[in-house]
Parts: sequence; structure tokens; C-alpha cells
Amino acid sequence: MSTDHAQRATRCLVAKVGLDGHDRGAHVIARAFRDAGFEVIYSGLHRAPEEIVQAAVQEDVDVLGISILSGAHNTLIPKVIDGLRSYDAFEDTLIIVGGIIPEEDKSQLEEAGVDAIFGPGTSTEETVEFVREHAATDG
Amino acid sequence: MADLSDANARLYESLLDGDHAALARVITEIENRTPGYRELLAALHAETGNASVVGVTGSPGTGKSTLVDALTKQYREADETVGVIAVDPSSPYTGGSVLGDRIRMGSTAGDMDVFVRSMSARGRLGGLSMATADAVKALDAFGKDRIIVETVGAGQNEVDIVETAETVVVVVQPGSGDDVQLLKAGILEIGDLFVVNKADKDEAAGTVADLETMIHMSSEPAAGLSTGHHAPDTAESEPETVDSEGWTPPVIETVATTGAGVDDLRNALDDHRQYLAASGAGEGRRRQRAETEIRRLLRADLGGLAERVLDCHGGMETVASRVARRETDPYTVVGELVDPLESAVGESLATESKTSE
Repeated sequence: MSTDHAQRATRCLVAKVGLDGHDRGAHVIARAFRDAGFEVIYSGLHRAPEEIVQAAVQEDVDVLGISILSGAHNTLIPKVIDGLRSYDAFEDTLIIVGGIIPEEDKSQLEEAGVDAIFGPGTSTEETVEFVREHAATDG
Repeated sequence: MADLSDANARLYESLLDGDHAALARVITEIENRTPGYRELLAALHAETGNASVVGVTGSPGTGKSTLVDALTKQYREADETVGVIAVDPSSPYTGGSVLGDRIRMGSTAGDMDVFVRSMSARGRLGGLSMATADAVKALDAFGKDRIIVETVGAGQNEVDIVETAETVVVVVQPGSGDDVQLLKAGILEIGDLFVVNKADKDEAAGTVADLETMIHMSSEPAAGLSTGHHAPDTAESEPETVDSEGWTPPVIETVATTGAGVDDLRNALDDHRQYLAASGAGEGRRRQRAETEIRRLLRADLGGLAERVLDCHGGMETVASRVARRETDPYTVVGELVDPLESAVGESLATESKTSE
């Protein structure tokens, strides 16, 4: 007989991908997620898409937040998503993107599999709320 | 083998097949205490026991993660697969956490044969060491050659965690206080190996000397000042029959950022492993770990039973308020709670002895 209580937590990977040294936004969102009670894994700067995929798969995260301000989103983000698909980890991962994404690029990223894009000026509450509503905290 | 649900049976097969996503999912189930996880672990248990498990502990900022990264790199160069479990604290207020150990583990990034998993304390008391030990089992069953458990060493919880390892490495940094600080922290008793990291700093030689003096005192009772048992001896365990006498913990100097001294550490780890096997101490430790595990599970399940009885009495809040209002006292309350359990146990033991006659 087992009397354990199931203990779920929302796990998020906050990732910086590519040659982009701006991590203030990633730090702010990591902290907001932590304060919301999530478990946040921070990737550190200058990660290759494969590294992000490796981390997302091994950590079995519910949410992958990619912060990108370099303008290389059209190249890097689809690579991450393809990598997740190859490990069968795309379907149950909520993918959100923060940073500078031009309006005309958004639909392309969303078609690639990004669930939401949060640009400059988004409140952390809004992002946290979105994650609460959409992340599948599966067990 | 225990009965597995269909989903868990598939997970079990995929994990043994070397599917990294399945391994990740199994660890999630272990962490979440998802119903069915125990059966899964019961099935995996038979597949474990092949990996070398090393625990690394030390104060924040001593360079544990960087050291683990450097060590991992060496193991990979020797073509050994590695699993790392990095435990970080969680906020006592929100339960949230930022797990940053991964940042320091960049030298093998992209290499799937290094499986790094971050775990947070998640506010569970005592349960963390169980979850960690269970996650080690998953990595072991998966077939990782080397498993490293890394944790901030600051209390009983962490001591429990590192005790899931066969070899415990305590990392200190130069200038972390005099010998009295080392005594206070209680780290001398748990370390099989000591590493003075950041050994390129000026105070390193002094810290090494302090450590060596303290270790010498505890391994030679004749020195007059005994710091107590060298081997971890918790209140719940019987006195060890196999002591780790015969092993004097070495003090190794490393500079994890450059990799200096890391091969010394790797050699010392192998020496300790050989010592455990040759002296029979390893067998004793394995039995003691199993003992600790059984006791923990037993306590958790019995505690769960007690909770159920408590719920029948209106729950903790109701009972506690009555005690607070002096309507009753804690001793009577617990007596009332335990009585039905005691008589049930008595009855079941009586039937058992009858049937066995």
C-alpha cells in the first residue's frame, strides 16, 4: 500500500539560445516563475539549439521559455522545435518565446509550434497566468 | 516483478532500451510521487547495482557544479556514461526554485550520454532524500556507468542525500574558516574524500593543513581528541559491523575551472571504490543503505496510516484546537489514535502465528 501524496510542480526551462548576451529579461522571468512557485531551470547564456533540446528532454519540463533578442529567431527556434519532436517531447511541452520578435515573423513561429510570444512590455503576471492556464503539469 | 500499469510497463521497457525521454519521465513520476511509481521502482530495483555512485556536497559557491562538470568530462573521455542529479533548495514561501547547476555543466552539453537532472527540495521534509535515492536507481537501471549526486551541504537533509552514495566527496574552499569551523559543520564525519577547490588561492595550503590535521585526529583515537565516529551513524541504524577503519580520507587540491587536480580526484574515487570492494566495507554500506531505505518507507507508510486515523477524528486542526483549549492533552489524543492500530496489529499477528503453527 502506498500512502504517498502526489506532489506536482510546474517545471520550466528558461533558455537563452544563440549569440545573444542580453539576459536581463531571462533573469526577470526566471524570478517571476520562481515566485509563482514553479521550478525553474536556467540554461545560461549562448546555448546551441541542441543544448536546449537536451536540457528540455532531460529535465522533462512542462514549459520551455526561449528568450531571444538577436534576431536569429527564424533560424534557431525551429531547430529547437525539431529537436524536441525528434525526442517525442514536443506535444507535451508549452513553448513560449520572449524578446524582440517583429510582427511579421510571429505567424511563422506560431506555425512552427510556438504557443505564445511575449514582447517588450508584457507584465510578468500575464506570462505566469498564461503558463498556469496552458501548461500540462502531467504526472 | 510487480504489476505495472500499461503506461508504466511501456516506460519501463523504453527506459531499459535506452530511451532518454523515458528516463526523464520516470524521474518526473518519482519526483511527483505519481500513483504507480512504487511499482515502477520495484521493477527497476532488480536492474540496479552496477553504477558507481558518488555524492558531492559542500557550501554554496565552493565550486561543486564546476567540479562535477570537470569530472564528467574526464569520465566521458574514458567513454563512460554519466548521470548527474543536482539538488538545489526551494523557497520555503512559494515552493518555487531556480535550479542553476546546469549553467556550470556546459563542457559536455549536447552530449546525451551525460544525463543531467535538476531537482528542487520542493518543501518536502525528509522526502527529498527518498526522491533522490529513487532517481539514482532510475539512472542506474538505465545503465549509466557513473552517477554523481550534487547537493548543498547544510544540514541533515543533505547528509541523508549523500548517504545514498557509496563515496562522499566534501568540497571546501580556501579560507572557509579555521579548524573549529570544520568541526562545527559536521562535515568531517561524512567525507570519504575532501577536495579543496580553488586551490590556486593563497589560503589553500592552510585549509589543506587544517583538514589533514582534523582527519588525522579522527582516524587515530590515540591522538587524544576523538571527533567521534568516522562513519555516518544515524540514530535509526544499528552500529556498523564493518567500519571504514583502514581508509584515511585524502585531501585533494583542485582548480575546477582549469581542470587542475581533477584527475587526482578521479583516481582517489577509484581508489575508494576498490577499497570498498576489497575490505568488504562496501557490502556493509549497501546493507545499511537498504536498511535506511526500508525504515524510511516504513515510517512514511505508517505515518500515512496515522493520518487516516487522524482524519477519522476530525483532522489535525480539530484535534489540535481541542488540545490548545486544554479540553484534552496530546498524550491522550495520540493514545486514542494509536489504540485501534495497535489492536489491529495484535490481531493480525495472532492470526499469522496461528496459521504458521
